[in-house]
Amino acid sequence: MKKIEAFIRHEAFEPIRSELLEKGFPSISILEAKGSGRQKGIVEQYRGSTVTVNVRPKLKLEIVVADTDKDLIVETILRHARTGEIGDGKIFVIPVEEAIRIRTGERGDEVTQVHVE
Amino acid sequence: MSVKKLGMASLLTLFAALAVPGLASAGVAEDLAAKSTELDMAFIALACVLVLFMQAGFMFLEIGFSRMKNAGAGVMKILINFALVSIAWWVMGQAIAGFGNDFFGTSGFFYHFGQMVNDGEGGKIAVGSADAMLMLYGLAFCAVSLAIVWGTTLERIKFGVYIAYAIVFGAIIYPVVAHSVWGGGLLSDVGGKPVMDFAGSSVVHLTGAVGGLAALLLLGARKGKYAADGSPRAIPGHSMPLVGLGVMILWIGWFGFNGGSTFATADSFFGEVMLNTQIAAAAGVLGATIVTYLKTKSLDVGMAGNGAIAGLVGITAGCGFVETWASPIIGFVAGIVVVYGVLTIEKYLDDPIGALSAHGLAGIWGTVAVGLFASPRLIADGAGAGLWYGIFGDQSFSSTLGQLGVQTLAVVATFVFVFVVSIAVFSVIKATIGMRVTEAEEDAGLDIASHGMYGYPEAFIPQPEYPSGDYTPSMAGTPVAPVESPNQA
Repeated sequence: MKKIEAFIRHEAFEPIRSELLEKGFPSISILEAKGSGRQKGIVEQYRGSTVTVNVRPKLKLEIVVADTDKDLIVETILRHARTGEIGDGKIFVIPVEEAIRIRTGERGDEVTQVHVE
Repeated sequence: MSVKKLGMASLLTLFAALAVPGLASAGVAEDLAAKSTELDMAFIALACVLVLFMQAGFMFLEIGFSRMKNAGAGVMKILINFALVSIAWWVMGQAIAGFGNDFFGTSGFFYHFGQMVNDGEGGKIAVGSADAMLMLYGLAFCAVSLAIVWGTTLERIKFGVYIAYAIVFGAIIYPVVAHSVWGGGLLSDVGGKPVMDFAGSSVVHLTGAVGGLAALLLLGARKGKYAADGSPRAIPGHSMPLVGLGVMILWIGWFGFNGGSTFATADSFFGEVMLNTQIAAAAGVLGATIVTYLKTKSLDVGMAGNGAIAGLVGITAGCGFVETWASPIIGFVAGIVVVYGVLTIEKYLDDPIGALSAHGLAGIWGTVAVGLFASPRLIADGAGAGLWYGIFGDQSFSSTLGQLGVQTLAVVATFVFVFVVSIAVFSVIKATIGMRVTEAEEDAGLDIASHGMYGYPEAFIPQPEYPSGDYTPSMAGTPVAPVESPNQA
């Protein structure tokens, strides 16, 4: 199993979600993340003073799939999240040792995505 | 002129004729005088409610300029201070602010109907219902002044400080200042000239701001306000919509504050006062916005709000003394003053809502501006007109310069008195109960630390998941029945 973690722009989420759902991968977690990278922070004005927020809001996508599905997921994220500008984000693929569905206690590949059941 | 107005005019003529002795009985004249007083009091009642409602304006302004973790504390602060200052004013404040000797009033403690109080001419009169109305109007002003004090202290002050200082402020500090200008005290006759402060640029706003300055000096900045090298950092407030609501409530309330300070409906003079108020406030918004834009190239929401308040504070002293052409000048300058004031003061002192600038500096400017622009048509008995009329008009230059001096003296005297007494009171408070909360409490926020709850609970406490309801699975194979979970209510 692989866990795919992707830091993406907010607006990229919806197309990724709907395409993955179509392809049979409905199980996705997202987290509101803030981070810094090559894309600089945000400069705000507050009552005449400059406020620099050094981090930007991003979405962190977390999807766990069977090894064989990894490339499909990565390719889908790339297609929707890439604008070509700095700040598109990154994808990390991490090996997962075990997956357990809490409701039933099932283990293994079949619990990572609903369609496997 | 419409028929209705014609009818009203002829009716008034009739009344006037009736009021002339000899043409009508004395009873009718007395009735007319009583009706006139009742009309005045109905107007003061409206103005009074508007001024009391300004507490809501301060509440939202301060909460908007605070962070989310201090939102509930802002509500509690206003409620308790409003309550304490009301009782203090009734017990003692009204008496001190009323007529008496040069320094304080001497009658009217536990103010009530039928009580014998000084009439300002050496005699005594019994308190009537109308006096109760005026006393309540004075109370509302005192409450506004106290609300201004705490603007500098948001987000780190101990709640007990409010209680101790509010009582002293409502019973002694504000009443003594009010007495000095409005109650026949020292500033009401400076070498023959009275200080002209129509509704309280100096008496109400400067007094509040100076109290705030004293508190701030003993309280110190919020944690994180200054970087290691001493440069100030903005700590953005959490809600500009609340700031906007607060500003607009204060703005509307100001028509009671300034308009009601005519204390009468005679000649509908309040109309002129209210017009001056609006024009100055508008100029204040524009002044602050334009100057901020030129400095930062940004249309600054918070500063525009400060500009509105500054314009209103600036015209408060002059609204009944200047011609309307002077109002936009006073307001615009106040708007500029508040921008430079906020940016300069911020380098040294942490004033979260800009009270020192919007109420203090603009209050000073407003009081002095009367000495520049007061019209010979409108000035108080014995007062000199503004310097403008001494230079460009037919007024004696020395008289106008003298009035400017008197106005300046009022600022200095008010500043020194309020500052000295407030520093003394806050020093005692600091030595006994302490001024500020612990660092841990400040980090957690006053809502949870001082009041045991959050102003916005959902922002801090995870909420239980709502039961699945009509969730329909979109995938074949997805579990159909909602699952019973122990953490679902």
